[in-house]
Amino acid sequence: MKHIVIIGGGIAGIETACALTDAGHWVTVIEKDSQLGGKLNNWSYLFPDFTPTEKITVELQAKCRDKDFSILTSTEISTILRKDGKFNIETSSDQKLEADAVVVATGYELFDAHRKEEYGYKIYDHVITSADLEELLKPGGDLTVAAGKYPKRIAFVHCVGSRDEKSGNHYCSKVCCITGVKQAIELKMRLPDAEIFCFYMDLRMYGKHFEELYREAQEKYDIQFIRGRLSEASEKIDKSLLIKSEDTLSGRPLKMNVDLMVLLVGMEAGKGTANAAKACGIGCEESGFLKTTDTFLKSNFSEQEGIFLAGSCTAPMSVNDTILHARSAAMEVKHWLSKR
Amino acid sequence: MKNFGYSIIKQRTIDYDQFDGRLLNEVLEMEPSFKVCLSCGGCTATCSAGDLVSFNVRRMNLLLRRGETIELESEIQKCMLCGKCMLVCPRGINLRNVIMLIKKSIAKYKPINS
Repeated sequence: MKHIVIIGGGIAGIETACALTDAGHWVTVIEKDSQLGGKLNNWSYLFPDFTPTEKITVELQAKCRDKDFSILTSTEISTILRKDGKFNIETSSDQKLEADAVVVATGYELFDAHRKEEYGYKIYDHVITSADLEELLKPGGDLTVAAGKYPKRIAFVHCVGSRDEKSGNHYCSKVCCITGVKQAIELKMRLPDAEIFCFYMDLRMYGKHFEELYREAQEKYDIQFIRGRLSEASEKIDKSLLIKSEDTLSGRPLKMNVDLMVLLVGMEAGKGTANAAKACGIGCEESGFLKTTDTFLKSNFSEQEGIFLAGSCTAPMSVNDTILHARSAAMEVKHWLSKR
Repeated sequence: MKNFGYSIIKQRTIDYDQFDGRLLNEVLEMEPSFKVCLSCGGCTATCSAGDLVSFNVRRMNLLLRRGETIELESEIQKCMLCGKCMLVCPRGINLRNVIMLIKKSIAKYKPINS
């Protein structure tokens, strides 16, 4: 029986593990957190159809129980050495594993909004990130701002930490445009009297039903879209925020007073992925995400034979795309092992 | 000549075939960072001049790329060269240098009948 070690127990890791167990292999998943599920555990509803995240995590957990693969939680890898066609892996808890193949599924980290100081995250009271809002959108979440009042006007800021040389990230994080539209609708459902504005540079509605949701946001929920990037925000004495942008389509500077500002933070490769790359001796792209040998036909192959890649450690990805990428990784591993 | 109250209206269409790209090319050669503007308007939002007068620093790119040399020449006079736009720009464009380059060269490329 061939043994495959998967680094990362998020959706990519779990999906790859299930598919490889189905194929008759012995699989061990190494997860740094105390539970499986990764970033999905922090999210409430998924675009574009508001599927409760729980529905996915519960199904994934059930799948894990059925499949019977080994799971090492609160564990990280320390070293990976190649010896006689096998991988000798040492973990942070001093376990030693021998694997025939390795799958890196270390995922991403959210952009740290502190780094865009001009938007005042954790400096001003009512600036939050899309991840914070997701927490507030859970049943019972408190959406009040200063003096226990509900916000009357809310601004969403797109591309925070993405497409931005000042943050060191040139790439587009892909999922924030549609996340903004989804969260704007959710807020409008909870706060029907609020005015909601999205400040965008381009709206990239690339996926199935994304464009339709954008249209719905305009048609049914009166979400307003202003084409301009925010230059800065400042806090007023009543804790409301004065934001500045250009309304590029009318060609004039615009200022607006809002009660709440939501920063749509992008994805970064993060430390977990960087550590895995170092331990495996595989390369990163300029963006920090892991290098695949080919864009089209080998998007699951790393530079090292026998080390495969799955999910958003290779590029920003939606939940949907991650699951598909993980399944294709499992297929590539299976095929590669069968030839040995 | 008797004035009948008629005039010839200049066509509004951008006639790209009449475009003189010499000034644009000179600016891009000296300051290649200007190629990557994505027209987000962050510069205009923070501009200290644009708050008070009708100056839109983002439009410099468009005026240059559409050959609106006469308008461009009067517009760039409004810039105070404070450089705030460069602090904001998500593409790291050296806008101050772009304005200086236009100022330096624009006289050479003005249409003769202007």
